[in-house]
Amino acid sequence: MADASHTSAFVEFERVQKSYDGENLVVKDLNLTMPKGEFLTMLGPSGSGKTTCLMMLAGFETATHGDIRLGGVSINNIPPHKRGIGMVFQNYALFPHMTIAENLSFPLEVRKLGKSEREEKVKRALDMVEMGAFGGRRPAQLSGGQQQRVALARALVFEPELVLMDEPLGALDKQLREKMQFEITHLAHQLGITTVYVTHDQTEALTMSDRVAVFDDGRIQQLAPPDQLYEEPTNSFVAQFIGENNTLEGVVKEINNGIALVQLDDGELIDCKPINVSKPGERTRVSIRPERVEYNKDRMREGAHTLKAEVLEFIYMGDIFRTRLRVAGNDEFIIKTRNAPDQTRLQPGQQIEIGWLPEDCRALDA
Amino acid sequence: MSDITQTGPMLAADGTPLKRSLARALRMQKIRALMLIAPLLLFILVTFILPIGDMLYRSVDNRIVQNTLPRTVVAISAWDPASDELPGEAVYAALAADLKDAAEAKTHTRVAKRLNYENPGMASVFRKSGRKVKKWNVTDEGPYKERLIELNDGWADLELWRTVATYSSAHTMGYFLNAVDLKLGSEGVEVRPEDERIYNTMLIRTMRMSLIITFSCIMLGYPVAWLLANLPTSKANLLLILVLLPFWTSLLVRTSAWKILLQQQGVINDTLVWLGVVDDANRLVLINNELGTIIAMTHILLPFMILPMYSVMQTINPSYLRAAKSLGATNWTAFWRVYFPQTVPGIGAGSILVFILAVGYYITPALVGGTKGTFISNLIAYHISTSGNWGLGAALGAILLAVVLLLYWVYDKIVGIDNVKLG
Repeated sequence: MADASHTSAFVEFERVQKSYDGENLVVKDLNLTMPKGEFLTMLGPSGSGKTTCLMMLAGFETATHGDIRLGGVSINNIPPHKRGIGMVFQNYALFPHMTIAENLSFPLEVRKLGKSEREEKVKRALDMVEMGAFGGRRPAQLSGGQQQRVALARALVFEPELVLMDEPLGALDKQLREKMQFEITHLAHQLGITTVYVTHDQTEALTMSDRVAVFDDGRIQQLAPPDQLYEEPTNSFVAQFIGENNTLEGVVKEINNGIALVQLDDGELIDCKPINVSKPGERTRVSIRPERVEYNKDRMREGAHTLKAEVLEFIYMGDIFRTRLRVAGNDEFIIKTRNAPDQTRLQPGQQIEIGWLPEDCRALDA
Repeated sequence: MSDITQTGPMLAADGTPLKRSLARALRMQKIRALMLIAPLLLFILVTFILPIGDMLYRSVDNRIVQNTLPRTVVAISAWDPASDELPGEAVYAALAADLKDAAEAKTHTRVAKRLNYENPGMASVFRKSGRKVKKWNVTDEGPYKERLIELNDGWADLELWRTVATYSSAHTMGYFLNAVDLKLGSEGVEVRPEDERIYNTMLIRTMRMSLIITFSCIMLGYPVAWLLANLPTSKANLLLILVLLPFWTSLLVRTSAWKILLQQQGVINDTLVWLGVVDDANRLVLINNELGTIIAMTHILLPFMILPMYSVMQTINPSYLRAAKSLGATNWTAFWRVYFPQTVPGIGAGSILVFILAVGYYITPALVGGTKGTFISNLIAYHISTSGNWGLGAALGAILLAVVLLLYWVYDKIVGIDNVKLG
């Protein structure tokens, strides 16, 4: 796991702002430091500013304010073709009038490499993505997944130190996407390239990245390794955006010894871990992951806080059961249980008691 | 299992061959589709295919000689045009009989006109003789050879008889040869005398100027099409209206406007003189020459170049250029290696359109071309409406059509017609 030590900063955003119309900021005060070799994903809903950040790094958009540095050198005024950054585009952008080999040869030709050297590098890059046999074809003759591999090979063939990927797997079907996720991370780590990956798919972000920057409203909401992001979201946007999440609203009654007592809107009192609540009287959203909720009394761990719940819907999903409950007036409370031989299947209408550990229950901003 | 292992044609459920069954099922659909396009088909047939076919036939049609002078045509076939002697009495007798009939039917002037195209001067011989011969008794008042020669010494001209002999068949290549400055002499194809040559020059000039016009349209239209494809929609729409505006103005008005602008006392010359760029005594000659035609026609045909290029450029994703730049290409390399090749289908489509339109253009060259800037189509128009030589006009038109088809074929070979995109 790469750490964000500032001494080895390779890519740096410092107080970067971007506005297209002079009235609204698309990117607000962005600060980000990446060490060499890191795989960082910018994750966020559309319009959150993640793609704009990528385009500023690539040089296709200029920062309205602030400094972007690559290897310690400010690249604000360096045109894109001199930045030496490899890029994979959402639609692959393979040149349709060139063959696959010509596509890969293009960045080498503009760098004035000799013919034999070009051919060797093209071959190596194509073999790397297992497309060696397709050099003579045109992009239109390839499937989406194959085009994706070629696009990746083209971005890597001139051996850039930094590669940017703009939702490169968006157009592929689920199975292929999962396969490519694995291949891309594998390749990136194997070659030791620094990668900035943009996606709106949180599974992709979690499975591929060393660190994930969650974007919303032009700001990074949280920058953390995937496990930390999922298990310890620092605000309710991140909790909602990453994975499935149950939210209960209430007011902080007291905070003692790192435990916050929250009175839910229907009057119930629960213990939570205070994350960004500081004083009694504050409104809060309490976040609990569906898989941390237990209803089987035998499995309930010691110290678990219990609440009454009514089963509304039971959904059989194969590997897991997804059950929708009414808890403290919330009809959208979801719990997930593994499909184990001894697991009970709940029936709609059943009254049950659910419970969770106070540390799994995080009191976030309202 | 039998229907899997069978080797004969596939059968439908009722035992008829599947192909026939399918054809029957689709027949109704085909008939209905045909009915829908029938009016248009008929319209095209009557107003387009038939007239063009008729016009093309006129370029080889020579039946008028046989029909008007039937006996002469038969009689003269026995005469050797290469010999230095005039035809015998039989031919003259046949001619006298034919001429009398023709003069009575008043068709002798038409055949006179036809033969006059090939041998100028023959018309008056026919016309003058016809009037007299009409009063003759053509059965027993010989010898006709002496009488006819006495009537008009044109009949003693060997060349006249050779022309009649050469053009006595029902079909002739004469018009086509004429259209490329050749003629059918008694000893086969020969080059016309220098002072009669005009069509080759015109044809080459038409091709050359059309190419220049096409090229000017590419150079002027490409940036405009690029702007159209890359500006924000609202601005692009405004620009598109400006591009289309000339379409809504009469061609005649536009051409006349160019006359006003380009003439020696016109706006452009006045401005240049006022600016001191051009001396008042040496005003530029911008009109009634090739330059005038090129300027006016480039302007008029420009939208036909811009629109196909625009529609092709619109489909080119801007990420290609970005990809090229991210791969290290300068702006120019990215344009030339990545953007430009993808616009070639648009340039091709525009060029074909503009070139074909230019080659057949008529009004504009007639108005601003003077004598140096006219096109082959002006000559065709002259032959159709003024000289009445429809055969020659048709031959010129057929050659023009052939040249265009040939260029189209060449284009298909080089660029590929599949690559042409009009939208």
